[in-house]
Amino acid sequence: MSLMSFFNRRTSAPVARERLQILLAHERGIVGGKTDLVALLREEILAVVGRHVTIERDRVQVKMNRGADLSTLEIEVELPGPDLARA
Amino acid sequence: MAKVLVVTSGKGGVGKTTSTAALGGALAQGGEKVVVIDFDVGLRNLDLVMGAERRVVFDLINVVQGDAKLSQALIRDKRLENLSLLPASQTRDKDALTEEGVARVLAELREKFDWIVCDSPAGIERGATLAMRHADVAVVVTNPEVSSVRDSDRIIGLLDSKTEKAEKGERVEKHLLLTRYDQGRAERGEMLKKEDVLEILSIPLLGIIPESEEVLRASNVGTPVTLNNPNSAPGRAYFDAARRLKGETVEMMIPSDRKGLLGKLFGRRAA
Repeated sequence: MSLMSFFNRRTSAPVARERLQILLAHERGIVGGKTDLVALLREEILAVVGRHVTIERDRVQVKMNRGADLSTLEIEVELPGPDLARA
Repeated sequence: MAKVLVVTSGKGGVGKTTSTAALGGALAQGGEKVVVIDFDVGLRNLDLVMGAERRVVFDLINVVQGDAKLSQALIRDKRLENLSLLPASQTRDKDALTEEGVARVLAELREKFDWIVCDSPAGIERGATLAMRHADVAVVVTNPEVSSVRDSDRIIGLLDSKTEKAEKGERVEKHLLLTRYDQGRAERGEMLKKEDVLEILSIPLLGIIPESEEVLRASNVGTPVTLNNPNSAPGRAYFDAARRLKGETVEMMIPSDRKGLLGKLFGRRAA
């Protein structure tokens, strides 16, 4: 056993703590009776855009990235070509 | 007024049954009228930990289904006259428990006891949700270990959404009971510290039960640890926790079994 691993083996608790904090931040959003925000946003965006343009349900992607300082919401709606849109 | 307390955790093997017996014992030793109920239908064990396994005649399901009266199913503890046990069925399955039936039994118990301590089964299925359904107070038993903390977080979410109180817009009073805690390992960074678990779960701390051989010794002989060895580290920790449940302010300490020289020399005697 090297000297480094001798010292490292003592610091597993902070790793446990960090892994839990990241995991639970994610899980609290999607389970436990709370509304799935991403799914809700996806449905409402589909409804609003669908009122004006014909879109396919599986061509809408909503992603949320939660960071420590900054969270981002990424919405990607793929619109059909000019022929379909006029139909 | 009677209080319904659920001892729950999500994860199995963290000490729900041990804690139910010990907290029930400690409350009864303090003069309260206590009944402990086993909700683990099909896998009952509270009877064994309480030393009443050979006295079970009727069980919770018999009472829920009207096949026995509550008074026939309650087993009075041989050591403490104000402590009773309502065992679970070992042969039926958990679907035999109905929400109305459980509500009726709990309402009847509320008239006879000060504390109704419900030992929840592990998991988040029917047995566990019924055990927490009518609770006023919840004790979330957690080990300083990642899977236990994660499951406790899930259970806290259920306590805030799926209980009768939550649905009425009220709150179930939640407390964290940290069990199998090893202060030495926590200080050396080998185990989650109490501060880590408290920060992650953010519910108030009811007590810290140190890892101790006294817990196994008590269950071996079928006695709550608070009765078997009241002065042991876990015994004292459970007594403190029981006093906090009653609303007393007790300084938070982590008792230890550390023995003196004489204790070390003679400490190997069988319990």
